[in-house]
Amino acid sequence: MNRLFDLRAIIGGMFTLYGVIVTILGIFDSPSEIDKAQGVRINLWMGLAMLALGLLMLLWLRLSPPEPVEEQAAEASDREG
Amino acid sequence: MSGLRLDVDFVDYLILAIYFITVLGVGFMARRAIKNSSDFFLSGRSMPAWVTGLAFVSANLGALEIIGMAANGAQYGMMTLHYYWVGAVPAMVFLGIVMMPFYYGSKVRSVPEFLRRRFNNPTHLFNALSFAIAQVLIAGVNLYALALILQALLGWPLWLSIVIGAAIVLSYITLGGLSSAIYNEVLQFFVILAGLIPITIIGLVKVGGWHGLVEKVQASPIGDAALHTFSGTGSTDNPLGANWIGIIFGLGFVLSFGYWTTNFAEVQRALSAKDMSAARRTPIIGAFPKLLIPAVTVIPGLIALVTVQGLGAEDGDLTYNNAIPLLMRDLLPNGVLGVAVTGLVASFMAGMAANVSGFNTVFTYDIWQSYIRKDRPDGYYLRVGRIATIVGVIIGIGTAFIAAGFDNIMNYIQALFSLFNAPLFATFIVGMFWKRMSAWAGFWSLLLGFLASLTLYLGYLGDVFTFNSDLEESFWGAGLAFVTAVVVAIVVTLFTPSKPEDELRGLVYGLAGPSTGVDVIVAADKVWWRNPVLLGTIAVVLAVVLYIPFW
Repeated sequence: MNRLFDLRAIIGGMFTLYGVIVTILGIFDSPSEIDKAQGVRINLWMGLAMLALGLLMLLWLRLSPPEPVEEQAAEASDREG
Repeated sequence: MSGLRLDVDFVDYLILAIYFITVLGVGFMARRAIKNSSDFFLSGRSMPAWVTGLAFVSANLGALEIIGMAANGAQYGMMTLHYYWVGAVPAMVFLGIVMMPFYYGSKVRSVPEFLRRRFNNPTHLFNALSFAIAQVLIAGVNLYALALILQALLGWPLWLSIVIGAAIVLSYITLGGLSSAIYNEVLQFFVILAGLIPITIIGLVKVGGWHGLVEKVQASPIGDAALHTFSGTGSTDNPLGANWIGIIFGLGFVLSFGYWTTNFAEVQRALSAKDMSAARRTPIIGAFPKLLIPAVTVIPGLIALVTVQGLGAEDGDLTYNNAIPLLMRDLLPNGVLGVAVTGLVASFMAGMAANVSGFNTVFTYDIWQSYIRKDRPDGYYLRVGRIATIVGVIIGIGTAFIAAGFDNIMNYIQALFSLFNAPLFATFIVGMFWKRMSAWAGFWSLLLGFLASLTLYLGYLGDVFTFNSDLEESFWGAGLAFVTAVVVAIVVTLFTPSKPEDELRGLVYGLAGPSTGVDVIVAADKVWWRNPVLLGTIAVVLAVVLYIPFW
């Protein structure tokens, strides 16, 4: 399959978004919610962890983008097709 | 069922909605990359190994698996680890090291197609039909199970969950084919972990850490036996009711090799890899997460056992199967709760998607193109594949509604189709390593092996044969099927002609083809961390080492 999109961008994007939402929730968690989680600020920690996963995926994509050689090959076959 | 109802709020639904939108988006993006039937059915054989490897383990990480393994953890304790370390990892490594050179190297597009080239059309048709029917029915079973759990957790009516689940899976597979199934499986892998990890962390805090869990389990009715895996297996007097012979040979050899090495819904992930090395590493990369997944399934099962009063009821809300949902209800605040619900929904949908993408490939290539309409242009088969996807999902919806009417039908469907796996592995392994095995030997060993285990299964249901448990019956059934298939393969070969060697090149060990010599099987990649044999060895050694604390 040609490189119209990259899986790392999708995982990175979705988990960054999840991370932001859950982290914000974690910052404003009520005492009753923290109690339910046995005193663990789980939204905060999981939010930050998901944010880190998302950003790592995006960083990986940035550092090692899809190979340009294949892209050219794909474009060439596009033109033929 | 209101007892299991979760206290979900707007943010939880927002997280679920983001997942649905992402999954559909993947389908639309993947569609733009599809130009021919190979793109649709095999992702154009272009996937990197980390993607196919995670998809490989994820296709098996259905919600029934997660919920079931947590239930086993609560019921049998650490002996559940056998399903991972004996019952999965060795077979996955074997697939990558020994069998993948035959599958990938012969350029077949499906497992049935391998059977056609190695044996003959009847063998092929028998396997293609049984696989295709099994996949749509099991997809329906998945869909029904999704609907049941959403009814209990969120209060959605059954029909609503069935229709939404089916519509989303149908959309993204019809649009993007195997690529979108695989991409979504990898995404699902991370979402499931993000849902299960908080349950495990909070659960462990609640019971007072690892030591607290150990003490509480020892004080529970199941007792210290729940903390060991092999030490009680000299007899069948242990939680699982099986001795070490049954565990190693029944579960570890016949059942697990049958499932992992011949199930096209799994093998298809590896066939979509970009080259031979990536294809061989696919199941081996999958084996590493598989080693660690029990930390977030079996341990929560044990936590549920010691924290949920009355867990283990015959029916109602407190059955073992509800271990994970009960912990979600008791421990997770809104936010991570939404992630956990999304993880469960994702795993149901991905399980179903694996069935559907396996079905449409086998239906199109192995049934329609092979027996009904040959020699049409490629675009024709791409269309057939999309229509087959739609028809398959519709039949699946039908199955789901039928299952809703009959309590145990889903158990029977799954048990029935597991009967096909054990003889299939026997036929494959003999056929791959014995070039004289004749074409008809393939057909008869498959058929009679299947009939042998079917007879035992029906006899067990009808009380003609008695076993300690369903599990024990499945060990013996699979063993019988395996032995029957091997014996029949040998006997029939003695009386029927072998295939000419030229037709077997690349399909049988020792008949050099470019891909199946010893040199390829033990070949090293240029860099050590891409060497399938080394990686596979590490996985198996880790499986053994991990057993030590739970001996």
